[in-house]
Amino acid sequence: MLNNLDFSVIPLALPAIGKGLLFSLQLTIVAMIGGVILGTLLALARLSGGKWLAGAAKVYVDLMRSIPLLMMILWFFFLIPLLTGRPVGQENSAMITFTLFQAAFYSEIMRAGIQSIPRGQVNAALAIGMTYWQSMGHVVLPQAFRNMVPVLLTQTFILFQDTSLVYAIGATDMLKAAENAGMLYGRTVEMYLFVSVIYFAICFSLSMFVKYMNKRIAIIR
Amino acid sequence: MIQIQNVSKWYGQFQVLTECSTSISKGEVVVVCGPSGSGKSTLIKCVNGLEPVQQGKIVVNGTAVTDPGTNLPKLRSHVGMVFQHFELFPHMSITENLAIGQVKVLGRSQDEARERGLKLLDRVGLNAHANKFPGELSGGQQQRVAIARALSMDPICMLFDEPTSALDPEMINEVLDVMVELAQEGMTMMVVTHEMGFARKVANRVVFMDQGRIVEDASKDEFFGQPRSDRAQQFLSKILNH
Repeated sequence: MLNNLDFSVIPLALPAIGKGLLFSLQLTIVAMIGGVILGTLLALARLSGGKWLAGAAKVYVDLMRSIPLLMMILWFFFLIPLLTGRPVGQENSAMITFTLFQAAFYSEIMRAGIQSIPRGQVNAALAIGMTYWQSMGHVVLPQAFRNMVPVLLTQTFILFQDTSLVYAIGATDMLKAAENAGMLYGRTVEMYLFVSVIYFAICFSLSMFVKYMNKRIAIIR
Repeated sequence: MIQIQNVSKWYGQFQVLTECSTSISKGEVVVVCGPSGSGKSTLIKCVNGLEPVQQGKIVVNGTAVTDPGTNLPKLRSHVGMVFQHFELFPHMSITENLAIGQVKVLGRSQDEARERGLKLLDRVGLNAHANKFPGELSGGQQQRVAIARALSMDPICMLFDEPTSALDPEMINEVLDVMVELAQEGMTMMVVTHEMGFARKVANRVVFMDQGRIVEDASKDEFFGQPRSDRAQQFLSKILNH
């Protein structure tokens, strides 16, 4: 059966797959940057000690983490137009959902990272006259980020792989593009094989990059 | 310079400080000692407001630390503090450690801060290490950098919270030497330490704490000559005759 494979259709499908890949990457990057920013704020809110602020952040994080991503994608896509009265488009909707979803996961990683910095470091920063926010910005977060890079990037791999879920709202990521091409040319198996190789190549090279980064930014202790 | 008046502090139900009162005048060196858990580290952290107190009043250079309206960052910027575990910022080079407070808090330029930092590093005998990171230095060296970092803010007084207790024995003296020099230059210092040799050499007064109370507050000669309380006598005989 395997000798019936015909990979000659791949070049024909490349433009479509490339476009899909571009969207997957765009979605990953937007959700990663937005998620890290929002996630940091959520983590700081949870650690703020303010009852309402911390409580609200906790509810948000718990809610996001207990609902399957696929369901969030669908909900968001159908709910927002109902609430705002106008459609947001599949791609925008996906980007917003992924950002909100990632933020919840990143915030837990950030929270652990921030808590891993000894209290003495904060005291030292405060003792030279820094404000709470300066101590966070110059002392705690830079160290926390360094400690968290491996976990953050692992979470980002998962995010990249999860971008394939946007098929549910009809957005075209790499997997969907490959599937479409497979149907068109009647070569589904080849297409799936091909995108698997691409997923692997991207994730593998990223993990090599993580290893390299770890060595470069590790704090000497 | 520093007035501590009837200070009491609780962690939940547990009372860590009970009615502590003492004061330190300008240029004075006061050593605070006592068994572990006696509240001495907590007391010194109250002086610059790192730990809040529930009762009593602390005044530093005319500013009430315990007032809710006090601008604590501003006050702390001219009260130097040195910690047991050095607490240098491990992600910054030594030069950056010395510059960060000057630049971000005092608003000095990078060049100015760098120059002042290098001068102080020279003073603690470590200018060969300017571009290293804290993790590359020994404990004693790190603590000397930490003292230089505190000095870089041109403090009006210095707080030392067990500055030598995390050090290997052979490194204690290099840190104490810097502190002795500082004391002899007339710096106002409050020092939590078990180093009685240091106390004998430079302290004006010794405060002895036990179970959250100041049990003894006497001049150096009085304290080492004949402490009034039994607790202080026991403590002294234990740490002097080992």
